[in-house]
Amino acid sequence: MFNFLPELKVRENPSSIMNFSVPVVAVFLTIVTGSLIFAMMGFDPIFALHTFFISPISNTYGISELLVKATPLALIAVGLSFCFKNNLYNIGAEGQLTMGAVIGGGIGIYFHDTQGFWVLPLMICGGAIGGALWGMIPAFLKIKFNTNEILTSLMLVYIALLILDYLVVGPWKDPNGFSFPKTRKFGDSGRMPLLFSGLRVHFGIIITLIGIFASWFIFSKTMLGYQLKVTGFSPVASRYAGFSQDKLVYIAFIIAGAFAGIAGLGEVSGPIGLLYRDISPNYGFTAIIVAFLGRLHPIGIIFASLIIALTYLGAEDAQLFMQIPAAVGFVFQGLVLFYLLGAELLVNYKIVLRKRV
Amino acid sequence: MDSTILKIDNISKSFPRVKANKNISFNIKRNTVHALLGENGAGKSTFVKVLYGLLKPDEGFMYFNDNLLNIQSPSEARQKKIGMVFQHFSLFDSLTVRENLILGIDQDMSFSDLQKKVNNISEKYQLPLDLDAPINTLSAGQKQRVEIVRILLQDPELLIMDEPTSVLTPQEVKSLFKTLDKLLKEGRTILYITHKLEEVINLCDEVTILRDGAVIDSSKLENETAESLATKMLGKKLSEIKTDYDHIKDSINFKAHNLAQNFNNPFNTDLKNISFEVKEGEIFGIAGIAGNGQSELMNLLTGENVDDVDGSITFNNTEITNFNPKKRRDLSIAFVPENRLGHSAVPELTLAENVLLSQFPNNGFLKNGMINYKNIEIQAKKIVDEFNVVTPGVDAKASSLSGGNLQKFVIGREILSMPKLLIISHPTWGIDAGAEHTIRKSLIELAKNGTSIIVISQDLDELFEISHRISVIFNGNLSKSVDTAKISIAEIGLLMGGKGFV
Repeated sequence: MFNFLPELKVRENPSSIMNFSVPVVAVFLTIVTGSLIFAMMGFDPIFALHTFFISPISNTYGISELLVKATPLALIAVGLSFCFKNNLYNIGAEGQLTMGAVIGGGIGIYFHDTQGFWVLPLMICGGAIGGALWGMIPAFLKIKFNTNEILTSLMLVYIALLILDYLVVGPWKDPNGFSFPKTRKFGDSGRMPLLFSGLRVHFGIIITLIGIFASWFIFSKTMLGYQLKVTGFSPVASRYAGFSQDKLVYIAFIIAGAFAGIAGLGEVSGPIGLLYRDISPNYGFTAIIVAFLGRLHPIGIIFASLIIALTYLGAEDAQLFMQIPAAVGFVFQGLVLFYLLGAELLVNYKIVLRKRV
Repeated sequence: MDSTILKIDNISKSFPRVKANKNISFNIKRNTVHALLGENGAGKSTFVKVLYGLLKPDEGFMYFNDNLLNIQSPSEARQKKIGMVFQHFSLFDSLTVRENLILGIDQDMSFSDLQKKVNNISEKYQLPLDLDAPINTLSAGQKQRVEIVRILLQDPELLIMDEPTSVLTPQEVKSLFKTLDKLLKEGRTILYITHKLEEVINLCDEVTILRDGAVIDSSKLENETAESLATKMLGKKLSEIKTDYDHIKDSINFKAHNLAQNFNNPFNTDLKNISFEVKEGEIFGIAGIAGNGQSELMNLLTGENVDDVDGSITFNNTEITNFNPKKRRDLSIAFVPENRLGHSAVPELTLAENVLLSQFPNNGFLKNGMINYKNIEIQAKKIVDEFNVVTPGVDAKASSLSGGNLQKFVIGREILSMPKLLIISHPTWGIDAGAEHTIRKSLIELAKNGTSIIVISQDLDELFEISHRISVIFNGNLSKSVDTAKISIAEIGLLMGGKGFV
């Protein structure tokens, strides 16, 4: 039965060099495939790739925009790495981001005409708490009822989006907003300070860098990081060590949720300045790709976030100059993920053609 | 009818580290139940895999109905009328019984033909099947029934049953035996692989005993008794007992009282009223064939799985029944589970990092939640030196060490914590003789210094060499303990085969 199909066999000693270069190979193959797609659509591939990958970052403004996009991606991804390293597949960062933006943004709306250095920190705390609480729900359900966190965290994304939707068309609607589905603007004290005048890159990037450093520190220096690593590698050994699995599940989801929540707050208090329906172009989902492209390593995630941020910018430019729908950005993100998983599989397995019986 | 259906001639099969089958020769007579008896690891599975075309023998021949048997795959074996029911079912859980049956047959067959055939078989052998039931809703006995029907669809002359009762309830075993009886009456031949003496005696006509990959004996059952089978299966390779009893104190520091645990699944053995006590400085051995509740008992002793446990465990007058492993370590109890990679050590981490896995109080590895890498490296080096662990360094990954060296490291880690009680499962399983010697010596040494030790092992040599008292675990029950010096191999062997348990 199915003897004609080739078979996957585990490699005894997967090459560590190949393992290391998986992200590079994946990005390279994505570019090759991307140019093929462009060529099939009738575009000159060189021109298309240039439009997509080079021209968006050929000036200071472009680089600033790149950092603006990479800021939430990197922060969410590094938070997700706490879950992924522990084999918890939290794919609900988009919801955690939304709830962070709702709670933190709610504080911003409440204090919209208050001046004070404490408004923004309070909003950031609100963002962290909103995201963390939303992240705790799948953790709680998993521990109490053994539900699958993939499903629950994903379903909670849509609940969070509907809550935001309800708030911006209902109770939090801007009284002077001509019934547009958006809230009033935050006050100046509720906005992320800009780092350079005329550019949109904001203080959120500093928070992201702090978050990345903190994660590196936790993973390499603390018992908590050790416990997460051991549990991810081998749950049985973790039980043998006597680590509390339930506690680790909560911690991973709380950290991931808090980071996503802060990223959401950073978006609404940074470039946007108020709450409305579409505060995030799927940052929470795209960050999953960033986390894996960065090999769940803080430094890797920095590079990965820049590459994926570029696909957002490239898609905008492609729409502008080549009249291709901006969704092509998601095609590129999908390709990266596809090649990443494929390359990883082939590093650890080899394809064996079956001999005829 | 006394003709030979299968003649095995000098079959050998080696794996990189071990010669699993050594010149195996025996004959199976037509229309008999022939038992292949042996301990775990005796080479039974390798042999049937060769017979069923899953493995190629290095040398030797097999003759089936006087024809040279040269098969490359199980489907070829089935074509030649050899069928096998595996110990672990090869069914698709999410598919229905009907779909599984269709997938299992090699020739083209129409749906209605299949239905007719299945109905015939079900009726003839009284093997009722609900064809539309998904496999995952079936009990172990029902799944086995599906496997048997699937094999009978091919009308085999020789049916291989690999440890068929290992996952069945006693009632299911009874109905299986009835089915086998019917098959025999039709003139089929059964090769019955087992390590249970009882089954051999109740069911089989002839028996071939394997030990360490070689045939020890092959004869008619009427020439054998349970004792003779046990002795042949286990061997008389015992070394002299040199354990001394003098240092054992009278104070009992470990008590297990009426431990019981129910799992309600076919993959775990329920534990029934297990009680034993260990004195200070005593090595208490628990013998038994794998799968009789050892790993379940180990989980209770380490605290890794204490769900729904009845009874109590007391250590130095503290009840620890529901303590997790960490809390037990705080009382100076150390553990070495059977599996090294992924259980007592994390393969992806370095040796130094693996030191952190079992934390004892006041070892100075942590400061305010931060890992003191210097201290764990010093400790790792100490383990490597004192226990002669062969490794390029303490920053080598645990996975890069050989089994014996990693085991020395793990046992060293636990012993250097100066435990008051050490619980160890299969301490020298799968490691070379040198490491085995080091480990046994250090366990005896540890006991002399006043540590109580509980050893769970299948290796009788080992238990007789190091333990002071011994009990046998069988089907979740623990026998009364006896001084090792006062019991014979045959007596232990009978207990291991289930004789003497209620």
